Amino acid sequence: MGKWTRRAFITTGILTGGALVVGIAIRPGNRAGKVKDLIAGEGDTVLNIWLKVNADNTITVIVPHAEMGQGVHTTLPMMLADEMDADWETITMLEAPGNAEYANYAMAKGFIMGPKDIPSMLIGTVDGFFLTATKQISLQMTGGSASVRFTGMLAMRVAGAAARAVLLEAASEKWEVALEELVVKNSTISHPPSNRTEPFASFVAKAASLSQPAKPRLKTTEEFTIMGTSPPRFDIPSKVDGTANFGIDVTLPNMKYAAIKASPVFGARAKPLDAGAIKDMPGVHKIVNLEGAVAVIADGYWLAKKAINELPIEFDKSDHDTVGMNDIYDQYLRDMDVAVADGKEEKDVKKGNINKIFKEATNIIEAEYRVPYLAHATMEPMNCTALVKEDGCEIWVGSQNPLGFANSVAEELDLDQEKVLVHNHYLGGGFGRRSVPDVAIQAALIAKEVDYPVKLIWSREDDIRQDHYREANISRFKASLTDEGQIIAWNNQFLFKHDPEEAPHIPYGVENQFIHYTNSETHIPWGYWRSVDSSMHAFFTESFMDELAFKANKDPYLFRREHLTNAPRYLKVLDLAAGKANWGEDLPAGWGRGISLHQSFGTIVAQVAEIEIIENDLKVHRVVCVADPGFAFHPDGFTAQMESGIVFGLTAALYGEITIENGAVKQSNFHDYQMLRINENPKIETYIVTSDNWPGGAGEPSTPGIAPAVANAIFNASGIRIRELPFKNHELKANTGLLG
Amino acid sequence: MILKINNQSLEVDVDPATPLLWVIREQAGLTGTKFGCGIGQCGSCTVQLDGVAIRSCLTPIQAVADKEITTIEGIASETELHTIQRIWIQEQVPQCGYCQSGQIISAHALLTKTTLPTDEEIDQAMSGNICRCGTYSRIKKGIKLAAEELAGASTINLENNG
Repeated sequence: MGKWTRRAFITTGILTGGALVVGIAIRPGNRAGKVKDLIAGEGDTVLNIWLKVNADNTITVIVPHAEMGQGVHTTLPMMLADEMDADWETITMLEAPGNAEYANYAMAKGFIMGPKDIPSMLIGTVDGFFLTATKQISLQMTGGSASVRFTGMLAMRVAGAAARAVLLEAASEKWEVALEELVVKNSTISHPPSNRTEPFASFVAKAASLSQPAKPRLKTTEEFTIMGTSPPRFDIPSKVDGTANFGIDVTLPNMKYAAIKASPVFGARAKPLDAGAIKDMPGVHKIVNLEGAVAVIADGYWLAKKAINELPIEFDKSDHDTVGMNDIYDQYLRDMDVAVADGKEEKDVKKGNINKIFKEATNIIEAEYRVPYLAHATMEPMNCTALVKEDGCEIWVGSQNPLGFANSVAEELDLDQEKVLVHNHYLGGGFGRRSVPDVAIQAALIAKEVDYPVKLIWSREDDIRQDHYREANISRFKASLTDEGQIIAWNNQFLFKHDPEEAPHIPYGVENQFIHYTNSETHIPWGYWRSVDSSMHAFFTESFMDELAFKANKDPYLFRREHLTNAPRYLKVLDLAAGKANWGEDLPAGWGRGISLHQSFGTIVAQVAEIEIIENDLKVHRVVCVADPGFAFHPDGFTAQMESGIVFGLTAALYGEITIENGAVKQSNFHDYQMLRINENPKIETYIVTSDNWPGGAGEPSTPGIAPAVANAIFNASGIRIRELPFKNHELKANTGLLG
Repeated sequence: MILKINNQSLEVDVDPATPLLWVIREQAGLTGTKFGCGIGQCGSCTVQLDGVAIRSCLTPIQAVADKEITTIEGIASETELHTIQRIWIQEQVPQCGYCQSGQIISAHALLTKTTLPTDEEIDQAMSGNICRCGTYSRIKKGIKLAAEELAGASTINLENNG
């Protein structure tokens, strides 16, 4: 896994030497015929792979992304329907099957090429290239805050506009009238001069035989009728009456349940257990020995869980049995020092000459920051149901990459990918966790041993201890200020680099910069965690900016302003946040205000947190969030994502800490891996700034900025500078007078 | 053993120590009630016992034999959703939705007992239900709106749902 990001595309060779290799790519043209059997019923006409017009003039939009609460099952159909001038009331959606034809070429294209204008004649070739490439890596990912900005912009809108174009062409031929005289609205085509109006369905058979334009005219923002509105989400009614079908809710005839015990130390092997160990356990049917775990199958989940707890399961010793946090941090620091000493830093940004500045500077500020490992803790624990037959396998799961899961399971069972059928369900939280197919592989290996379907459910303890974690990290800064309080040099070293590429970069005008990183391998599995690298770099860079503002004896908001003279888009967001948050107005004793500014996944977000320190307790009262995503296609959904990302980031900042002891994760459940609850929820105000820029993402961009906004507010209230998360580990006291 | 779930009787033949959650999900086939933590920390498994919200993951069925059990599937009438459910749609409360059955059942128990709850009463009744998607502001607003509608009143401050 982890093959789906821009950086990863580069390393897998899709991009070579900075140039796109497209020479041998196919030109796929209209692939409607290839997907017809997968998505169409009788009387339905598949116009292109993203939509079908049904016999009753309703339209079904095919969405190649999983619904995990971000509203993608609604927003993507809106984008297609608007370009098509379809009647929103008659739109339904169908999640694309986990099939290679739905490999996500648009996402790859968006990550690699961004909003480049491609000549019409090349689009088929370019799309064909990305389709071939994404098929090869089985990419059907929901993540990277990419669904709207890439799939929506590069696939859905184009598909809707192209369908509209051929429907018009078909109407023009049928009625023998000029195209320009036709009017399209609400899934009907009219010809006012002859007073004729007919539904799309009348023209769809003819339209399906016409060649669709690769680069149809798209609407301008002013022409939108559905995009930019907030219709109710399709998935919500089933989520209030208990009928929503999550992976864990699958019920199949003859199905049994499995529980598992995996090695607490990652990578250690489980000692195989004798099949007879369950002979005195009624309702318990089978032991399945896996490489790093033992599973039991029983009539019910509770029976399976009880059995696995009672069985004497042991694990082999491993090289990591004594590893603790101190070992990890010591190793990190050693590797960072060695990299610098040997001049072997991985260079990220290099501008000007920091060494020259530091040699002559008198005003040098240094700081070291840390963040811990984090687990995802989706509300729905990991689970997967599998049925394995001689000639194939079916799995039922909530996945952020159904095609990738099919591929991984196929590899494990030594089957062709087409022999693995993935039924994707609603995800009870994703946050990156459900892009990893580990549980699906386990379920398939367990189900392979029996001839009935098996539902494997991880306990919350399994979920916390067998995660793929946001890594613990260290970030070191050294900066220099001029006499006027301008940053003249910025040196930043940290560990690892994943995505987004610009996570550690600063929007501020600093002439001399050296941003670099070092790798330091551990045995702890890594995974995408909501906002990925930005989840920590915003805390690092925006806290350090606050330190510099203090050293420069300047207001933290105005200090940032002064460094944004060449970044008007950032400036606008920052100014609005300060204004809405009453920046500069007095607060009661013990209260503080902190500001942050960070861009990730194409969306710029400024946040102002208002906090209070009561005794040794921290209360976050209010968060003002200003976001510039270019355009919010579903403003209410976008706002909900801002709120969601802030609560997610605040939870981690306050409480989030996975520690490693004796090679294993110490925490196990919500009592020691705490979540923010309703009584701690701040009042969140979101303001959306619209700009002419290519749309940015929604799911992740508000998560990074909350930790530094609160940390800076704590400093404002107390003079205590927090350089290590989470906040719960710090003694807080208001107005200590310990400024600096 | 006979359980009474949503006004229907269900005969079950399992270990009396089995937590109610798994009987509701696996024997009664009512999958709206969710497994989240197994230790009563998250509230995903919340159901009502004689109108009181409890954590079904910790409640053995032997303790509930003579009680009325109400799950998310049991609060709507045959023809229409409960006010809370309708307002949950109107306010677009759920995101991933996994915790929402528990949230709605807890809110329902609160509003059955307390006509127009204060912010503090809402916090107290709802702080046992974790939402990882952070829908808390909308939950709070939803409870206030539902309370108003159920009480035929409009006296609640809808502004600050932090």
